[in-house]
Amino acid sequence: MSDYRIKGETGEWEVVIGLEVHAQVTSNAKLFSGAATAFGAEPNTQVSLVDAAMPGMLPVPNRECIRQAVRTGMAIEAQINKWSRFDRKNYFYADLPQGYQISQLYHPLVGEGSLMIEADEKAGIPEAKRIGIERIHVEQDAGKLMHDQHPTMSYVDLNRSGVALMEIVSRPDMRSPAEAGAYVRKLRSILRYVGSCDGNMEEGSMRADVNVSVRRPGDEFGTRTETKNVNSVRFVMAVIEGEAKRQVALIESGGTVVQETRLYDPDRNETRSMRSKEDAHDYRYFPDPDLLPLELDDAFLAECRESLPELPDAKRARYLSAGISAYNADVLTAEVESALWFDALLETGAKPVAAANWVTSELFGALNRLGKSFEDCPVTPAQAGELLGLVADGTISGTIAKQVFEKMLESGDGAAAIVDREGLKQTSDTGAIEGEIAKVLAANADKVEQYKGGKEALFGFFVGQTMKAMQGKANPQVVNELLKKALG
Amino acid sequence: MTELTNLTVAQIRDGHRAGDFSAVEVAEAFNANVAGAKALNAFIVETPEHAIAAAKAADADRSAGTLKPLSGVPIGMKDLFCTNGVQTTAASHMLEGFVPRYESTVSQKLWDAGAGMLGKLNLDQFAMGSSNETSYFGNVISPWRRKDGGNAALAPGGSSGGSSSAIAARLCPAATGTDTGGSIRQPAAFTGISGIKPTYGRCSRWGIVAFASSLDQAGPMARDVRDCAIMLENMAGFDPKDATSLDMAVPNWEAALSSDLKGKTVGIPREYRLDGIDPDIDAMWDAGIAMLKDAGAEVVEISLPHTKYALPAYYIIAPAEASSNLARYDGVRYGLRDLPQGAGLQDMYAATRADGFGPEVKRRIMIGTYVLSAGFYDAYYTQAQKVRTLIARDFEQAFASCDVILAPTAPSAAFGLGEKTSDPLAMYLNDVFAVPASLAGLPAMSVPAALNREGLPLGLQIIGKAFDEQGVLNAGLAIEERAGFTARADKWW
Repeated sequence: MSDYRIKGETGEWEVVIGLEVHAQVTSNAKLFSGAATAFGAEPNTQVSLVDAAMPGMLPVPNRECIRQAVRTGMAIEAQINKWSRFDRKNYFYADLPQGYQISQLYHPLVGEGSLMIEADEKAGIPEAKRIGIERIHVEQDAGKLMHDQHPTMSYVDLNRSGVALMEIVSRPDMRSPAEAGAYVRKLRSILRYVGSCDGNMEEGSMRADVNVSVRRPGDEFGTRTETKNVNSVRFVMAVIEGEAKRQVALIESGGTVVQETRLYDPDRNETRSMRSKEDAHDYRYFPDPDLLPLELDDAFLAECRESLPELPDAKRARYLSAGISAYNADVLTAEVESALWFDALLETGAKPVAAANWVTSELFGALNRLGKSFEDCPVTPAQAGELLGLVADGTISGTIAKQVFEKMLESGDGAAAIVDREGLKQTSDTGAIEGEIAKVLAANADKVEQYKGGKEALFGFFVGQTMKAMQGKANPQVVNELLKKALG
Repeated sequence: MTELTNLTVAQIRDGHRAGDFSAVEVAEAFNANVAGAKALNAFIVETPEHAIAAAKAADADRSAGTLKPLSGVPIGMKDLFCTNGVQTTAASHMLEGFVPRYESTVSQKLWDAGAGMLGKLNLDQFAMGSSNETSYFGNVISPWRRKDGGNAALAPGGSSGGSSSAIAARLCPAATGTDTGGSIRQPAAFTGISGIKPTYGRCSRWGIVAFASSLDQAGPMARDVRDCAIMLENMAGFDPKDATSLDMAVPNWEAALSSDLKGKTVGIPREYRLDGIDPDIDAMWDAGIAMLKDAGAEVVEISLPHTKYALPAYYIIAPAEASSNLARYDGVRYGLRDLPQGAGLQDMYAATRADGFGPEVKRRIMIGTYVLSAGFYDAYYTQAQKVRTLIARDFEQAFASCDVILAPTAPSAAFGLGEKTSDPLAMYLNDVFAVPASLAGLPAMSVPAALNREGLPLGLQIIGKAFDEQGVLNAGLAIEERAGFTARADKWW
């Protein structure tokens, strides 16, 4: 249970949140036309006769978009409706060539499902929580207006017109900005694992309509407002917090929340009313007579299911059972690219725990520093496997491994080649180590005294000095043993 | 030369193949008739050069031995079909001057089959009307006149009134039509020609300006049943660009034509006997029954119990779809744009649509918007869809005991221009016999069967099972052979 509360003048208020996430389907072609969907192309270059709603043009469903939505539904363990239908949502706007959007109101493609958000104490999520998803339906995106091209006229770019969207509608199951943020991140992660949406919120591939209401804990739901087109996790959380506070202040000052659509202004971090329920469009939904009902057969569904990759929850569970820490498992599975890279590393025979530690500290650190990602990772999983193998079989120490890794990044050479070339191989030659230990102890006689007098913490100091003298190449275990003997 | 324009599609095709005349001669003859018939106002755009070009190609193909099914046949194209490079208006001000850069699937198939285009035929605006009086380009006039000494101008029917008038007046041997609630059959009946609306989905809707998507269906209009079969073979076929297109092979309807109806049963729907109907209509119907018996068919009475709800349901569903289909005409991308000084987007919509649509189109958009609006949707649209299902079921049950259904095409002969324009409901009633087959998506045709006491043609309608165009054509042929309808309008234009 979330204990997130808005503290008002008259007591505490609980926040109830539902999200409608619009996710652009990854596909080379639009939902009902053969036109391409490249982002950032010159205006009106990705437009077919159908997208421009020329007279007599007809929509034909793009099987790949349907397939991606079905796979997404399967990934959230949702009911897939083998019979669904497209409806027209009628309204006039210059970016909507047909004068209606083809959507699915009455019979969506995907029914009830859910996803898990993990516990995150620091963020205020004390335990893992299942968030219900009411439905996913498929619909067309609109074009966009450009208001900065002419002093008195607006221009229309139809490149996005007709691009396939999945509208993923959650249950009002979230109770804090943190839960909503975790939900969006998890949903994004799943979409990216499935490959049905690139999850790029900056480019608008994913955006959320945020439904917020407040109530006294345990009361009935309050009246909700809907803030449209919020395009980052941070903004989603900011909208919820701001809107909840606004509603509480409004109620406590004797006002009532009205059901309305609001817009978020990130520059001022506030929402403002766009239209009230009374002004809401009458969309005159009705079944699109240009399209037959969408009927899916078992073979198609089976193909969709078989094509699903291992999903974040399953991967996380597998990592945990291999002994990887919950923190590392979360970090590794959050993004599909890191998870796939890590899996490839495991396939080289790398030991899971050591590999996880190395990836989350050394590799993440290096990528951060170099401004790179797993997609353009400068080392391959095979190269990393070679490096970790040298540590595991005692050829080099962890300390040397860091140096070798740096040299790998610089030169692109393999770990073993670097170790050979630079003579970094770890030694277990007791004679050489004993010689260095003798020198260290002689040079630090005072500390030896203190150690013998009971200051055992100094043992680490002697190890460090010895390793330094050995230029890091001594086997730490052998150093430990020989030091203990020497210190008697 | 005038004789060539009396030939049917089959006669032109066969005569051209046999070398009796050149295709260019045929095209020139029809071009001359078109040019000389401005008084009928059947064409919005004339394209003599298109007809001549196709004719030259046909003559060359004959020399090369590569004749196509419609080589040498010039036809008229209803101005609802988008034609590449040729203005396509749907008889509206909204699309006046609109020149598509694409070709409708049906017209492309006809050109591929060797046909040429004489011009774009007038129609009711956006195919909404039963008299051709809603065209922005002026009404078409029927070549027919009552034998009452008066010279009242008559309606050629609608919406395919340019097509019917042009064929009846020998301006073209055949033409395309579209039928949403009778728009092929009723004008065919009014002008003494034949026309068939095939099963919904037979002809691609791609590139046809949409009126009501779940009902719109293209079909041919011609002088006789054989020509309808020939034309339909070259219009029909699966089109992946139309999601409602039927994925079925196109039968060889012409080759299988047979007027021998032995073993066939003809259903006569009890509910189509309307009180107070023109006795000439009933007499024609009875005569038609006798003709089909004569052709060997058994005749049984059938019941289509929900018939009386068909017209109200149609006038909910069709306007509902139209109100949405016509939303794209907004002045933003093509067609008319009316942008008053200082106007915003909403003003532009209002001005453009007020100016671009005629009164009947506005009426249907208003009706359609109303029946789909919140609070009325279930009472109107949902209810109408239920009625539609019941009507389809009526036909299914009736076809358990018969192969085709025989009924009048329209409740009257052609009426005078202006007689019904002040009363939209009276106009809508003209579709009463045509609409049920449209709602059920069934093939149906009209063949000329008789003249009424005023000397005007009357049509009989044959409705068939889904996909059974052959049964419909064969029954139509049986009537055609026995009715011996040879009357034609005296030339006055």
